[in-house]
Amino acid sequence: MSEAPTLAVFKLASCDGCQLTLLDCEDELLTLAGTVRIAHFLEASSAVAPGPYDLSLVEGSVTTPADAERVREIRAQSRFLVTIGACATAGGIQALRNFADVEEFRRTVYARPDHIDTLATSTPVSAHVTVDFELRGCPIDRGQLLEVITAFLAGRKPDVPDHSVCFPCKRRGTVCVTVAHGTPCLGPVTQAGCGAVCPAYGRGCYGCFGPSRSANLPALIPLLRRDGLDERATERFLRTFNAAAFATARASREEET
Amino acid sequence: MTAAPATAVLDRDGLDALVGVLRAQGRTVVGPTVRDGAVVLAEIASADALPFGWGTEVEAGRYRLVPRTDGAAFAHTTGPQSWKAFLHPERERLWSADRRADGRLSVAAERPQRPSYAFLGVRPCDLRAIAVQDRVLATGRHRDRGYQERRTGAFLIAAECTEPGATCFCVSMGGGPAAEAGYDLALTELVDETGHRFFVRVGSDAGREVLSGVPGRPAGPGTESAARAAVDAARERMGRAMPPVDLRTLMGDSLEADRWDDVAARCLTCGNCTMVCPTCFCTTTEEVTDLTGDHAERWQRWDSCFDLDFSYLHGGPVRASARSRYRQWLTHKLSTWYDQFGSSGCVGCGRCVTWCPVGIDITEEAAALHDELAARLRRQDEREEREP
Ligand code: SF4
Ligand code: SF4
Ligand code: SF4
Ligand code: SF4
Repeated sequence: MSEAPTLAVFKLASCDGCQLTLLDCEDELLTLAGTVRIAHFLEASSAVAPGPYDLSLVEGSVTTPADAERVREIRAQSRFLVTIGACATAGGIQALRNFADVEEFRRTVYARPDHIDTLATSTPVSAHVTVDFELRGCPIDRGQLLEVITAFLAGRKPDVPDHSVCFPCKRRGTVCVTVAHGTPCLGPVTQAGCGAVCPAYGRGCYGCFGPSRSANLPALIPLLRRDGLDERATERFLRTFNAAAFATARASREEET
Repeated sequence: MTAAPATAVLDRDGLDALVGVLRAQGRTVVGPTVRDGAVVLAEIASADALPFGWGTEVEAGRYRLVPRTDGAAFAHTTGPQSWKAFLHPERERLWSADRRADGRLSVAAERPQRPSYAFLGVRPCDLRAIAVQDRVLATGRHRDRGYQERRTGAFLIAAECTEPGATCFCVSMGGGPAAEAGYDLALTELVDETGHRFFVRVGSDAGREVLSGVPGRPAGPGTESAARAAVDAARERMGRAMPPVDLRTLMGDSLEADRWDDVAARCLTCGNCTMVCPTCFCTTTEEVTDLTGDHAERWQRWDSCFDLDFSYLHGGPVRASARSRYRQWLTHKLSTWYDQFGSSGCVGCGRCVTWCPVGIDITEEAAALHDELAARLRRQDEREEREP
């Protein structure tokens, strides 16, 4: 039998929640450990095997010159590179800096600004290197992570739909929170993947999987206004874990029309 | 043996007894019930679960539950689900396969479970929608065995409409608030000086048999004519109407209309309309393997023409623009459905209007397409007059 493929997990600017999802796969973890060789996963073990790796999972965004350098090294070491989570796929909540003056933050917040070596923006890994697959979510969904790994092992395309959260929401029989309660919800413009959890608990989707492939942001804004969000509140609603991605999606649709 | 009468009157206890008889037959009784601020469809253990005293106020993109003082159980309008959630479930396993120790594959087809359903409170538009799906999934060229098995033997109790919703337009789609065919029993709810009662009509032998086990009283002419009058009055109170034109030709002549751009700017392409539509039947398949690669399954799940992958052919989606996807939905419902299945794909239940978050209204879109076409033809005529 040929040797088991190697799996590596790396982290850039992020909270570790996404890689924790891998450890959360309790029922499947033993099978996984029998199918792949976990060569680099600091959250699980300090034993590190050198690359190259067959499958690398990268969490986190690029926020420093060192990150940018590291992500190029990771790419060079990886046969197949999958980014996991809103940070790695969209820049994360830390991409709020993209809308602000980082120089000013550095001066006001830190006693020794000269110790801070940071970039003006927080960017997804795909802005720096070629990425083979982007798995969305803040955090990612356990089932989808397993699907991506399983698909990689089987040499097939993962079944990760990029339609709106409304699809799973209606499929699971949830009553639409916007239509029935007037609750602001980003579901119609957000990519599915979480199983439409928030509306199932009576709250609006806050977009943690980022914009769906055909998101029509300009069409949703009047609805958010109607349901009580003023301009500032609308902006805040759209500027969370996928702030930069929603801003881009909105701008590109506005340009079209 | 004397034939049991074809009509009866039940009171609330009678309705409960009806549920009891159906459950005693081993049926899963599904009916409207209140959950999360809406009337949804769910299994009910007794008639007490019905939405007594709840009505609905709907508009394009808006749905609200409102209390009613008359205690009526069937005075609400169509909710976010339809009976397709039970007959054509959103996700279903088709088969599974295992690699055996000797390396060969063993494939096991899924034997669809056969829950024996009784649906209580099927609206007349939904009776027609079930008939439309029957033509697609039970008797057409692409039969779905799961659907066939669940549909065969399902017991349908219609609830005629006396309170049409503001988004209802069944009359303009050739239907109406009266149950005409395809039911085992049909109820008309009456709340007046004589009391709260349900006029029942028998529609099948199975219906007659079930009714004979339920304590009711004979329906006098007064109750019957009150029931007729209430349903006839509802015909006149439709919230909306499709433009009274040949919709099939209208769609065919409107493929290049500007209106598609207008609606595409408003449409979220969220897919809600197709999910709530009681006739939309589209599914995709999902191939599942496990980590070992020794076990595989094929599942079928609801899909929608608003999904970009729905029209994916090598290289990309055929219907990449929102314009082409909205057009697919509307032209399929109102026009190409005839070519495929010999009827309209829309029964006028109003769900897609109510449950579209941005309130896109297919009757309004059809009317706008009609106006645009009429204006175009007018301009053509004028041109021809000027330069004969
Ligand atoms: S198209 Fe709309 S109104 Fe017509 S049957 Fe479907 S959901 Fe009902
Ligand atoms: S309107 Fe779309 S989802 Fe509905 S049946 Fe037609 S193609 Fe399928
Ligand atoms: S569309 Fe007609 S049959 Fe359907 S709920 Fe409304 S009034 Fe009743
Ligand atoms: S018409 Fe409405 S419900 Fe349908 S996809 Fe467009 S926005 Fe969604």
